[in-house]
Amino acid sequence: MDMPTPNPAILAKKPRLVERLLHVLPADAVIHLEAETRAYECDALTAYRCPPMVAVLPETTQQVSAILRICHEMGVPVVPRGSGTSLAGGALPTADCVILGVARMNAVLETDYENRFIRVQSGRTNLSVTGAVQENDFFYAPDPSSQLACAIAGNIAMNSGGAHCLKYGVTTNNLMGVTMVLMDGTVVEIGGAHLDASGLDLLGVICGSEGQLGVVTEATLRILRKPEGARPVLMGFDSNEVAGECVSDIIKAGLLPVAIEFMDRPCIRATEAFAKAGYPDCEALLIVEVEGSDAEIDEQLEKIVAIARRHNPVELRESKSADESARIWLGRKSAFGAMGQINDYMCLDGTIPVSQLPYVLRRIGEMSKEYGLDVGNVFHAGDGNMHPLILFDANKPGDLELCEAFGADILRLCVDVGGCLTGEHGVGIEKRDLMVNQFDPDDLDIQMAVKDVFDPQWLLNPAKVFPLAASEARRAA
Amino acid sequence: MITPRTEAELADAIASAAMPLRVIGGGTRSVVPMSNAAVLSVSGLSGITLYEPGSLTLVAQAGTPLAQIEAALAAEGQRLAFEPMDHRGLLGTTGTPTIGGVVAANVSGPRRIQVGAARDFLLGVRFVDGAGRVLKNGGRVMKNVTGYDLVKLMAGSRGRLGVLSEVAFKVLPLPEVSVTLVLQGLDDAAAVRAMSQALASPFEVSGAAHWPGQGTFLRIEGFAGSVAYRAAQLREMLGGEIEESAQRWTEIRDVTPFHAADGDIWRVSVKPSDAPSIVAGAGAEAVLYDWGGGLIWLRMAPGTDLRARTAAYQGHATLVRANADTMAQLPLEQPEPAALAALSSGIRAKFDPRGIFATETDPLRAVAS
Repeated sequence: MDMPTPNPAILAKKPRLVERLLHVLPADAVIHLEAETRAYECDALTAYRCPPMVAVLPETTQQVSAILRICHEMGVPVVPRGSGTSLAGGALPTADCVILGVARMNAVLETDYENRFIRVQSGRTNLSVTGAVQENDFFYAPDPSSQLACAIAGNIAMNSGGAHCLKYGVTTNNLMGVTMVLMDGTVVEIGGAHLDASGLDLLGVICGSEGQLGVVTEATLRILRKPEGARPVLMGFDSNEVAGECVSDIIKAGLLPVAIEFMDRPCIRATEAFAKAGYPDCEALLIVEVEGSDAEIDEQLEKIVAIARRHNPVELRESKSADESARIWLGRKSAFGAMGQINDYMCLDGTIPVSQLPYVLRRIGEMSKEYGLDVGNVFHAGDGNMHPLILFDANKPGDLELCEAFGADILRLCVDVGGCLTGEHGVGIEKRDLMVNQFDPDDLDIQMAVKDVFDPQWLLNPAKVFPLAASEARRAA
Repeated sequence: MITPRTEAELADAIASAAMPLRVIGGGTRSVVPMSNAAVLSVSGLSGITLYEPGSLTLVAQAGTPLAQIEAALAAEGQRLAFEPMDHRGLLGTTGTPTIGGVVAANVSGPRRIQVGAARDFLLGVRFVDGAGRVLKNGGRVMKNVTGYDLVKLMAGSRGRLGVLSEVAFKVLPLPEVSVTLVLQGLDDAAAVRAMSQALASPFEVSGAAHWPGQGTFLRIEGFAGSVAYRAAQLREMLGGEIEESAQRWTEIRDVTPFHAADGDIWRVSVKPSDAPSIVAGAGAEAVLYDWGGGLIWLRMAPGTDLRARTAAYQGHATLVRANADTMAQLPLEQPEPAALAALSSGIRAKFDPRGIFATETDPLRAVAS
């Protein structure tokens, strides 16, 4: 992935920039020594690294505003950063940028159970939002698998999802309001404890804008009462086609499971070798989880099991206890670790129409042979969000490039069957150059025109989302 | 009236428009037109493009009658879960509501409190911007973060950014059973507290409304066994009687009690616990609370500026129905703070550089050509 060449004129401003930042921030919040900026050189897309010119760690909205005003006046690009868990390179710096990290902004500002929302500073981690309300039996629904580490700021930037979106939606469906600082330092409040926008739905376009429209410093999030319980059923099938039909039949029967997870044979085998969850050795495995009281769970599982039986499962294991539930989830939750034991891997997240599942899995299998790289599939089947894990050897020259080419082919396939490049990870730098496969030039132009309104100089996270060639004129202006 | 039959004809009509356009679907959710506007109807773009019940996905052209979509979904035991209201009774309009109109006005009903608004179910759009460009955003899959989410921006934009040609939705199953717990004798504040308690329970309430004089209503939907259990649990918590009529929720959705009466209609979105005090200060002739108190419908004496009567609160007030004089005097939508207004008008200028989609009460600028 190319990144723009650092601008020498901006690099030359470093001493003055640091001096000005130290006027508005405590000394320990301005990181500018080369050995220390290295801590911010990458996010979870670790194949790409570049230390920033400076990193700043503000604690308040006012400090964020002061930082952005300075950078705006000096024409210095700013890359916002939550916890740095982006798999797409959303927080990857350039050598001439300021990394604005919100990690120190992690306070809970307001908890309101009567009106069912929580207001937090955006650096707070996803899981600790639920942590703040769970003693009252509430939770925050979006649950990306990085939820222990990832920040709400990054969740909003990437419109993060998780395993339970089929029922609860993704970040945008659970975000009620934000306090956001524009690149020129203006602080705006959008939305709040009430529902829906009066005029244009600015909140809707800010969520998922990958830190290119403003820096979100506070967020109002919808919290929900925890269900009384949840239990999964595990089922194994001889073919991906049959498993896909079973998913479709469950949905058509009017059931809305909270999660439908799918694993294919390579992933089942890797997982079984690693976690020994007792999974059957079969072509495709589904984990379907439902929620409610014990009787309600039984009512739903009974219907699901009846549907599954019509598809001749090789294994059908209904959980009757918390212990059995944990064993069913054990393998799925270890899947990424299991693949990582075998080799380095690249995780994709294209989405496809559920009806295309068997065809896409067959094509991925064929391409795996052509490229000579193994791939395991584990994904959210209810919503078609795939997670192919391509194995490669980072120490073998050319393997990363081969893996990236394979990944790009899979993502183009997702688009060709009516899906999209990314379901929950975001575009970042990783899928930037594939955007032309999903969008025509005018489609990209109207998106970039929105950035023109929020950030006319294109200083916020400028080298992301859009192909560099498409955004070049705007970045240079 | 211009009635394009294809997306390409729609694009031509917009590119060659020399005067502002009043864009309508079925014309049932009327917006005050520019006096010199030409009417462009999207009703010629009609038909369901794709429906996959097993994927919970439906794609339709924007002018497709809502009733046609609802019938196709019902035949497969599914529905638009956000429960769009029918504005005809309230606004005294006639015509055929279209799916594009639902999207353009982000129309949601009582179930919005549980499952989300129209915008939350909208997966993708195709539209023509003010320059006549055919554009697309989103798609037909449920999880999609590829590029900016202009889908949300188009939902509720009331035709000010472009003319929708095609929309894609996530749909949901129809429940097997629906019942309502009716509480009697609660004043507004007690009713909002009861609704909050119900919505903060694990019993998945899919509607929470308070209709002064009629009762406080809590809806529970799902499989028979589950509904019986949850209704019993809620009744134990709050008292009341269980009724099975679905008609009640159509009346709440369409604000039926206000249809026959004169007066201005206001729609206010607030933090639920703020609702009773806002109502107390408003001096309304009649009130209906939906969304657990988060949505207040008020019927006011003609010409009353509701916004001048309420102290500062988080939320917004929309003037939905009034005579022409009042419509001309008062902003229909809650005025935005300056910084947000600048962003909104900046976006409109990008999507509609010539001001083709301006309206009388909300003129962006005169058409250049």
